[in-house]
Amino acid sequence: MTMFLTTAVIVLIFVVIFQIAKASEYVSVLKGEEVSRKQNNKINGFLMIGFLVLGLIGVWYCNELYYGKTLLVQDAASVEGARVDSMLWVTLAVTGIVFIITQIILFWFAYKYQESDTRKVFFFPHNNKLEIIWTVIPAIALTVLVVIGLRNWFLFTGEAPQNAMVVEVTGKQFGWIYRYPGKDGSFGKKYYKNIDNASNSLGLIWEDELAHDDVVMEQTMYLVKGKPVKLIIGSRDVIHDVGLSHFRMKMDAVPGIPTTLWFTPKYTTKEMKELTNNPDFQYEISCDQMCGNGHYSMKGVIEVVEQEEYDAWMVKQKPYYVQQFPEKDPAAPKPATDSVKTASAKPVEAAKKAVAKL
Amino acid sequence: MSNEAVVHAHGAVTTHEGHGDHHHEHHHHETFITKYVFSQDHKMIAKQFLITGMVWAVLGGLMSVLFRLQLGYPDATFPWLEDILGKWAKGGRITPEAYYALVTTHGTVLVFFVLTAGLSGTFANFLIPLQVGARDMASPFMNMLSYWFFFAASIVMLSSMFVETGPFSGGWTAYPPLSALGDASPGSKIGMDMWLISMALFVVSSLLGGLNYIATVLNMRTKGMSMTRMPLTIWALFFTAVLGVLSFPVLFSGFILLIFDRNFGTSFYLSDIFINGVGALPNEGGSAILYQHLFWFLGHPEVYIILLPAMGMVSEILSVNSRKPIFGYMAMIGSLFAIAILAFLVWAHHMFVTGLNPFLGSIFVLLTLLIAVPSAIKVFNWLTTLWRGNIRFTPGMMFAIGFVSLFISGGLTGIWLGNSALDIHLHDTYFVIAHFHIVMGVASMFGMFAGIYHWFPKMYGRYLNNTMGYIHFWVTIAGAYLIFWPMHYEGLAGMPRRYYDYSIWESFKQFAELNRFISTVAMIVFAVQLLFLFNFFYSIFKGRKVTTLNPWGATTLEWTTPIKPGHGNWVGEIPEVHRWAYDYGKDGKEFIAQTTPVGADESHH
Repeated sequence: MTMFLTTAVIVLIFVVIFQIAKASEYVSVLKGEEVSRKQNNKINGFLMIGFLVLGLIGVWYCNELYYGKTLLVQDAASVEGARVDSMLWVTLAVTGIVFIITQIILFWFAYKYQESDTRKVFFFPHNNKLEIIWTVIPAIALTVLVVIGLRNWFLFTGEAPQNAMVVEVTGKQFGWIYRYPGKDGSFGKKYYKNIDNASNSLGLIWEDELAHDDVVMEQTMYLVKGKPVKLIIGSRDVIHDVGLSHFRMKMDAVPGIPTTLWFTPKYTTKEMKELTNNPDFQYEISCDQMCGNGHYSMKGVIEVVEQEEYDAWMVKQKPYYVQQFPEKDPAAPKPATDSVKTASAKPVEAAKKAVAKL
Repeated sequence: MSNEAVVHAHGAVTTHEGHGDHHHEHHHHETFITKYVFSQDHKMIAKQFLITGMVWAVLGGLMSVLFRLQLGYPDATFPWLEDILGKWAKGGRITPEAYYALVTTHGTVLVFFVLTAGLSGTFANFLIPLQVGARDMASPFMNMLSYWFFFAASIVMLSSMFVETGPFSGGWTAYPPLSALGDASPGSKIGMDMWLISMALFVVSSLLGGLNYIATVLNMRTKGMSMTRMPLTIWALFFTAVLGVLSFPVLFSGFILLIFDRNFGTSFYLSDIFINGVGALPNEGGSAILYQHLFWFLGHPEVYIILLPAMGMVSEILSVNSRKPIFGYMAMIGSLFAIAILAFLVWAHHMFVTGLNPFLGSIFVLLTLLIAVPSAIKVFNWLTTLWRGNIRFTPGMMFAIGFVSLFISGGLTGIWLGNSALDIHLHDTYFVIAHFHIVMGVASMFGMFAGIYHWFPKMYGRYLNNTMGYIHFWVTIAGAYLIFWPMHYEGLAGMPRRYYDYSIWESFKQFAELNRFISTVAMIVFAVQLLFLFNFFYSIFKGRKVTTLNPWGATTLEWTTPIKPGHGNWVGEIPEVHRWAYDYGKDGKEFIAQTTPVGADESHH
């Protein structure tokens, strides 16, 4: 019924508009087409300037409404992300100024130079000086932006710092699998044909001893505040993307081609809850590359904690190998703190080995 | 090339004497079929492209309304949806499969069928012969084939909507492995095969058309029509055709490899894949990224294939209705040329987060931001064209001004996204959606509308209704900004594109109200496009009749033809051209047609 009513209303509006449109055509014939054309011209000239004013107010109002809901009000949660933000502000300043000036000129000219019987148009086919000015000025502005951008780009895509911890992230339809190298600091080899959802979700090669202490988990990834982390990103099936909006980072997960991404978390999850005034705050990993019908639900969570908390948590994790083969559990595990220290002491070799293996 | 066309070609370039009578007297015997269906008249083919494009625009637009319904009202159920979509909207709520199919088809159809075929198919066909002074295209037969290949592509695409596993649903870019593996997504089963066949037919159509446009512009200009006397529309359509001819084959090669991977067990794009429920696939050693290079090697020029015709028409319309020459004609050609060259050198900026070599990425940053320079030149030249003009706000002119506004707004955000370090943050968020819809989607639609309003009198010998035109313009431009401007804010919150539902996301769920607002505006804007369609078809039959040869007071050749030109365009001789296309307001004269010889006392510029 509502459907029917809505349609009826829409049709009615159409008919009214159509009748007005037709009537205006007859009126213009009566008044003389030239006269009514000039009237229309005045109305539209006025609307042009009206649109400009309303539009600029709208831009301001939209900012009022939604600025607070963006990430711009939150400090970037990674050290590198802060550079993205500052770059964003510079770019916004440059493009914002150009936007305001050119839109004002456009609609102002449209209004100011609307048809008038008294104006003689200015025959102005070209002017080399002007054209050189507006070729050179944008070129200079862009050079500045390119320089800022590339400095950041090479930092972000460059080598991770020496003390970085390494976590492997693997995308699958529709979730994330994380792997920590364990106390030996190195990832074991894997081969995709070994994958078995029940017993070997990453296809680890059990013959490789380095794989025996690898810790594999889903749902939540734990990271340490202030400690750079290098993610080694891969996919089991189609292309996914590790989207880390709070850290201002993102990298595709491509089957068969590992990619890397590094950043330094700046705030713990707990601190972010306070900073954002949101007790439910989570660092979310969103899949940012269309990966199938469950794409929108492919969510991961990152928990950033202090080093001590991390150590305490890591101690409790059972290696994946041990989970699959409980009988192989070393009878007396070494004191936990020891093993963690080893893990965090040799992350660089770990990373190198891991990359080499991939 | 038919004999007719050969005669025409010679007529256009060399032998003018006595040729005209031939056309005045001689009429082909035309039946309904040869006149309206398998027509070889460029003007009729243009109208065929236009109307098919309109059908697709309505379907594509309707799809966006449907998926906006899901985004705006994720919890609501609409029983009528089940009535029209059946199992794709069980219980009145669009399923994720249907949502992704709608998003994908909306993108494919709007980019290729509406803004490529509908835009350059229409206006290249219509304007090139009329504005360069040719009786028809270089090969009218190939031109006809171009339309019918497009028609076949349309039929296949349309049929794919009705297969049991649904149409392709992996995004219009069709990245493998998702698009290669039916087991990864139901839409990648037979629906994807049909998508590929349809796109292959489309590539053929666009190549046949493009070669024809290039040949016509280069070889069939009338006497005196040197390249630098051509209207900017022709320059733009010429560069568009060159871009298409050089880049569509690359896309085609990418599709061929994809067809092989899908059906013949090759591993061009596949490696190390384990599919839930199927197990590990045998394919090893392929690269999924290879496809993205092949795709974007077309995909980026494609953006300019869509945009350049709009730029050309806007330049022409702004100049005609400002009663003033276009400012910096040579700079306009130069910037079109620069854009066309750069279009081939920036494709990987769509791939900054694929793990691209950082050094390579930096080169693409540089080249991408370089495009802003010719774009800035164009904008400033358009603004200067308005300056001290005498502007007539015809509906065509309004849309041209709207185009400039949108091109500025959307172009500037390109500077954000082209800078890789910033793209890492904004890639695949709503910021991107806002950017490309404004600069490529809506702006090009505005160029197309401007062209339709401006050349409708030449197409049908009648005017479109102005009042409806003004309503169409104001609602559409206000609506376009209301829809896409706030999306920048969603993007700045990191909200990813192509999500069916945001409610489970702590970081993105704060925009529910905004999404509802956007969906509502989208529906209103869609309804107003129907008003335009009504105006279009009503005016073909009942519009105010054109009574003068040159209703806009334009200088170009199309307005020297009869009000309703027949096949062959000019009765009698093809006019000779003596000057460039932009002598408006020169020496105190309102305008001087291109066919007027240069007077002895005329000033130089």
